[in-house]
Amino acid sequence: MAGSNPNAKPMDLTLKIWRQKDRNTAGQLVTYTLKNISPDMSFLEMLDVLNEELLVRGEEPVAFDHDCREGICGMCSLFINGRAHGPERGTTTCQLHMRHFNHGDTITIEPWRAAAFPVHKDLIVDRSAFDRIQQAGGYVSVNTGGVPDANEIPIPKTIADKAFDAATCIGCGACVAACKNASAMLFVSAKVSQLAMLPQGKVEAKTRVENMVAQMDVEGFGACSNTGACAAECPVGISLDNIAMLNREYLGAKASSENV
Amino acid sequence: MNWFTKTFSSTIGRKIIMSITGLFLCSFLVVHLIGNLTLFKGDDGVTFNLYSHFMANNPIIRTMEIVLVLGFVFHIYDALVLTRRNKAARPVGYAENHPQENSTWSSRNMGLLGTVILVFLIIHLWNFFVPARFGAAGGLEGVVIENVDYDNLYLKVVQSFQIWWYVLIYVISMIALAYHLIHGFQSAFQSLGLTHKKYTPFIKTFGVVFSIAVCFGFAIIPIYFFFAA
Amino acid sequence: MILDSKIPEGALAEKWDKHKFNVKLVNPANKRKYDIIVVGTGLAGASAAATLGELGYNVKAFCFQDSPRRAHSIAAQGGINAAKNYQNDGDSIFRLFYDTIKGGDYRAREANVYRLAQVSVNIIDQCVAQGVPFAREYGGLLANRSFGGAQVSRTFYARGQTGQQLLLGAYSALNRQIAYGKVKMYPRTEMLDLVMVDGKARGIVVRNLITGKIESHSAHAVVLATGGYGNVFFLSTNAMGSNATAAWRAHKKGALFANPCFTQIHPTCIPVSGEYQSKLTLMSESLRNDGRVWVPKTVEIAQRLRKGEITVNDIKEEDRDYYLERKYPAFGNLVPRDVASRNAKLMCDEGRGVGASGLAVYLDFADAIRREGQPAIAAKYGNLFDMYAKITDENPYEKPMRIYPAVHYTMGGLWVDYNLMTNIPGLYATGECNFSDHGANRLGASALMQGLADGYFVIPYTIGDYLAQTPYDKVSTDHPAFKEAEQNVKATTDRLLSIKGNRTVDDFHKALGLLMWDYCGMARNAEGLQFAKQEIRKLRDEFWQNVKVTGVNEELNQTLEKAHRVADFLELGELMVDDALNRNESCGGHFREEYQTPENEALRDDENYAYVAAWEFTGVGNEPILHKEELKFENVKLTQRSYK
Repeated sequence: MAGSNPNAKPMDLTLKIWRQKDRNTAGQLVTYTLKNISPDMSFLEMLDVLNEELLVRGEEPVAFDHDCREGICGMCSLFINGRAHGPERGTTTCQLHMRHFNHGDTITIEPWRAAAFPVHKDLIVDRSAFDRIQQAGGYVSVNTGGVPDANEIPIPKTIADKAFDAATCIGCGACVAACKNASAMLFVSAKVSQLAMLPQGKVEAKTRVENMVAQMDVEGFGACSNTGACAAECPVGISLDNIAMLNREYLGAKASSENV
Repeated sequence: MNWFTKTFSSTIGRKIIMSITGLFLCSFLVVHLIGNLTLFKGDDGVTFNLYSHFMANNPIIRTMEIVLVLGFVFHIYDALVLTRRNKAARPVGYAENHPQENSTWSSRNMGLLGTVILVFLIIHLWNFFVPARFGAAGGLEGVVIENVDYDNLYLKVVQSFQIWWYVLIYVISMIALAYHLIHGFQSAFQSLGLTHKKYTPFIKTFGVVFSIAVCFGFAIIPIYFFFAA
Repeated sequence: MILDSKIPEGALAEKWDKHKFNVKLVNPANKRKYDIIVVGTGLAGASAAATLGELGYNVKAFCFQDSPRRAHSIAAQGGINAAKNYQNDGDSIFRLFYDTIKGGDYRAREANVYRLAQVSVNIIDQCVAQGVPFAREYGGLLANRSFGGAQVSRTFYARGQTGQQLLLGAYSALNRQIAYGKVKMYPRTEMLDLVMVDGKARGIVVRNLITGKIESHSAHAVVLATGGYGNVFFLSTNAMGSNATAAWRAHKKGALFANPCFTQIHPTCIPVSGEYQSKLTLMSESLRNDGRVWVPKTVEIAQRLRKGEITVNDIKEEDRDYYLERKYPAFGNLVPRDVASRNAKLMCDEGRGVGASGLAVYLDFADAIRREGQPAIAAKYGNLFDMYAKITDENPYEKPMRIYPAVHYTMGGLWVDYNLMTNIPGLYATGECNFSDHGANRLGASALMQGLADGYFVIPYTIGDYLAQTPYDKVSTDHPAFKEAEQNVKATTDRLLSIKGNRTVDDFHKALGLLMWDYCGMARNAEGLQFAKQEIRKLRDEFWQNVKVTGVNEELNQTLEKAHRVADFLELGELMVDDALNRNESCGGHFREEYQTPENEALRDDENYAYVAAWEFTGVGNEPILHKEELKFENVKLTQRSYK
């Protein structure tokens, strides 16, 4: 079967891929060559092709995280040619296509680098720190049942839309990967502001922001120095305004909450 | 730790200290620059020497001086703590990284810029502040204005800025300060959560204009005296 | 074996309320004495784990992804149905029930579907309380849209990311219970066997996907919320990791598998672009509201187009065949999913398909753009057009989109009774993993509804009824049943690793997928199915002799993970074929070419096939045993669908 574009020429590539056996073993970049890559392939399909070749040669395939391959699950990662999720803005690695590369290119592929994201193997990192931050307060404390009718509390459309914009975070960790400080501020701020904006979340907003920030610090993420790299590399466009709101919420909570 | 120290030793708390002290230091720059502009009065330094005498002896200014020192200390201390933390947050770096695609050079190099400014500050204090205030480092010559003895700080300024490399240090440092402020000014508002759809664009523009104007104001002094001589 | 669906007596509208009163309750202080395992953390699993934790049970939740938030429910786009009637347009619980039963081509249970419609209203309330940012009107109240051809606006949505927002809501509820210590979460952990003690489900054997360690977990009940098996086709809109292993291994332990041949093929997906293709991307079916579907009128034009001798814009209006408008003048481009899909396949089979592969049809917006202007079309579909451009590198404002049907959802699954319990006591199946609510075809925006209904509002009641009759005694994971299951898992793993053949796992998977797609896909016939059955068997035999799995068990080994999953797909595929062969009728997603009306429409046989086909496993390569659960329709009248 030919590609969708009959004029697209297949390309040859050199890949420099981070290989690391496990968390406790040092890793290194290993060079591979690939021939006849269709420009219509997605980046991960290109890696699939590499892995099939490695398998046939009896070599260990490259381990990388991926699942939905439509840009929403947040499982894929990869630092490609010095950029989180590669060169295209607003695009996850799984939605990146090879037509953005050229015949003869050398592509460097590394895992997210952060103390809070230790490498499991090759390009797979442990992002459970994100889950623990959410567990520290990224929820509204309501049990199933016994809630009011959905239309009981009107929410201005502008607020609902802004909350939605914050809620679209896919938790991929590109913000941490791109930040020179490996800061998780954009990720944390997305959840804090989503819930702080909505009347349902306001009830426990103070405790939430205090606990989530405390957990973020415990996990060993760096501090925010407002470079804006996170928002620039975020595949779903989470805005820096959320970080400002996080700071505001945090200061307000610390000043006025009764948690001593 | 109680809630207070906990708050201000958190990553966000330290950023808040960075921004408050930073904005405070910006206000100092304004006061300092306004005072310095008396150098251009063309009265052979009479106003400038009176002004510097006032700054060295007024009790309110002397009190503010302590606050100013604390402002510097906290700004520098937190910068060091945060930088250490931020370095530790990424123990293994990227083999290939292109941060210029997602952020400005100055925003990524605040520590470097701050270090340049700190070195400048030490030189600057050693040359002007220490002799004027403590009579140390060779002290200052005297000058009589309306029958009262004053230190002639104006003469020191004129003499210092005859040296080309000294002027160069000042100009380079002011460029560093300008870059530091271009990122730092608007960044402080972001860290304090003071953002708004209506006002943030103004704050950003104002920050750039402010940074360039203030640093230009400072930098023009050594250049002026160098070429005036 | 007699299948007892345990549908409560009484009038349809009262069954669930009566049942909730009749089920036994576990004393609040005793709930902490019971352990429950939930496998899968999508909408059905996360909602169940969170709610059971809230009630006081000790819950262990498992997922193979690195975080519960990644489950594939997250990719659902369109929305979630609920009979709120906020729009005052005539919706009601009965109407949602009726639409769902009819949409499922009368192959679902009335009582289950009615309950689904009843609790649908609670789901929206619950999600809003969790902070799910649904779309709203300027007055601040919730917005609705009509979806999937429904005549009322009952679909709640969060732009094109409804699944994501609902899953993150359930994930947040789950996180809260994890923080309280009521749920223990095991990410990157895959269930590889079900453990039964004295005929009851009492635990699972899992593999830690980081260390490879095989571990046992014991409980009083096991809930499988592991999603569907669409990946048996290799190419589908499912996530790469979506698999049938948990459900299939439960099936091999005795759980019946119901209606496995009912698969939904979604008509508007981006076509395959090459052999390397790893998955297919869905484009919302709302596109058909404005797009016109066509192919070239003649094979000759299509061939020249495929060779690149002419471009699509060279084809004159009279040389275009708007085949849906031609064949179905009343519904035109808006015919249901199954009809649209089947016709696209027919066109391509005739050789009139487009694109380099010839496996695509056009979805053309030129008329809509002329009529309404490009900005209006961009406002409606901008994000979809962008996604299409990103994947195909073609501008759909200038050239028609190329679309082709793709496997999207599986209506079949583990057989469950009204309590969502399988025929194995203590083993439950929820969400897409079970077979219960969508019959032979699922309506748009109903999958999210079912997953959350099962997890938040059904299983918390029904599992209590079972546990109340179960002693507190725990089974140790040293019990021989656990040890035996662990041994079996280890033996299978060792076997996979020791074959060291020449063919990769993906290669087998692709071959299986192609067989399933060609012979058990959009259209099936007895001859093809029989052929496929033999081919699948051959492929399976070869797999166990020639598969190549590198590495060892005691490490992160993605090839080994896949090998386990594909081994199960190779068995499940045959059962799907068996089921399709058995069902000598066409209904919903199951189209048997022998059973169609003169106008090529699906011909149901209510006389002989108004039953749930629940299959019992009898060993690999042996013929499964069919158990029938007759479907009784007391509240709706069975009619033939027509879209002329």
